[in-house]
Amino acid sequence: MIGPGEVPRLPRGVRVQPDRVRGGWVLLAPERAVTLDAVGQAILAEVDGSRSFGEICARLAAAFGAPEAQIAEDAGGFLSALRERLFLEVSP
Amino acid sequence: MTRPPIAMLAELTHRCPLACPYCSNPLDLVRGAAEMGTEDWARIFREAAGLGVLQLHLSGGEPAARRDLVDLVAAARAAGLYTNLITSGIGLTAARLKALDAAGLDHVQLSLQGTDAAMADAIGGLEGAFARKLEVARQIGEIGFPLTLNAVLHRRNLHQLPRAIEMALELGARRLEVATVQFHGWALRNRDALMPTREQAREAGRIVAEARARLRGRLVIDYVPADYHGDYPKRCMGGWGSTGLNVAPDGTVLPCHAAQTIPGLEFWSAREVPLARIWAENPAFNAYRGTEWMAEPCRSCERKTKDFGGCRCQAMALAGDAGATDPTCVKSPLHADLAARAGAHAAADAAFVFRPAPGRVAV
Repeated sequence: MIGPGEVPRLPRGVRVQPDRVRGGWVLLAPERAVTLDAVGQAILAEVDGSRSFGEICARLAAAFGAPEAQIAEDAGGFLSALRERLFLEVSP
Repeated sequence: MTRPPIAMLAELTHRCPLACPYCSNPLDLVRGAAEMGTEDWARIFREAAGLGVLQLHLSGGEPAARRDLVDLVAAARAAGLYTNLITSGIGLTAARLKALDAAGLDHVQLSLQGTDAAMADAIGGLEGAFARKLEVARQIGEIGFPLTLNAVLHRRNLHQLPRAIEMALELGARRLEVATVQFHGWALRNRDALMPTREQAREAGRIVAEARARLRGRLVIDYVPADYHGDYPKRCMGGWGSTGLNVAPDGTVLPCHAAQTIPGLEFWSAREVPLARIWAENPAFNAYRGTEWMAEPCRSCERKTKDFGGCRCQAMALAGDAGATDPTCVKSPLHADLAARAGAHAAADAAFVFRPAPGRVAV
């Protein structure tokens, strides 16, 4: 899992852009394209390379009116899966 | 409406300084003079993005043999495509890599013919190629391009797999493709020289599984196993006419790089017909799309939407019928015979037939 003080960021060669043919958003990485649902897109929209994971969770909790612990679990699971595929880097 | 493709392979040229005996280009190579120009390619990139393509693989031959490679990358990025350069590294200089960086190139996939100069230069048929490649890999790392190493493995070099994994880490690659040679194009002609033994194929699977567990989070390993020694066929192209398409150097649009080996299919040119129309309407794309074309045992198989009956070109090559079950599947009536033949190919002693440069007389 990602600690609250750690800062996630998309490494070079990974970007999120609108899918103008199918609608929605897509994460593009080396030889991979991952369709993002609304939740995934909302999480990645907060990943800017400077906000910590804790700050991201607080912002999402405020935006969606959800408990922060729940957000941390969902967003942590999503970002950890991206990290394992090397689509996301985390710095302390 | 037909679901749009995700990826397009642009074979910018069939020219290549290497002569690998497993080259996936067709035996009948397109000559340099027949290649499309920059404007045609740029228009096709825009058409592809409009059709729904997200990933563009710039390949060849050797794409660096195109003098307009930087302009082509810029055009692809302007169209909104993710650009992946599939290269041997030969023909890339530090200055050219910097220009590709400025043009927005997203990712580099560097091929590995072997893990030392003796092996790599012998397979690629070019002395000094390995040393040059290592220098290019260093420059790629300096710029910071995300890097995938693509190691094509076969009987002669499968013992180098552990070293290939080490090299991927040393060169800072994020991904390693361990691609056991697939028998299409020139590889089909070189089956006796390239076929791995069953023991080699099994050992490769073990090494990959061990490395994946050990390197989780550091290196992603994609693995293409030796399908002649397997039980089920590969999910070729994610299904015919389903996720990807190829454009040959002269603009011919193909469902896969070997599709021209299937007789009776007529392929259209992106020089003459819009890409979206080819994707939706060209009978060659519809010939094996979905599952309606299948016969038994595929038709009633529970795996039919998992592997789509395997590879149509392999069914053509091995069963003489592109609509048959890929004989690498245990359910194919030809499977037992194929397994025996795989053993015979692996035990054969044959010299390589290298692919020539297009324009020269074929071997």
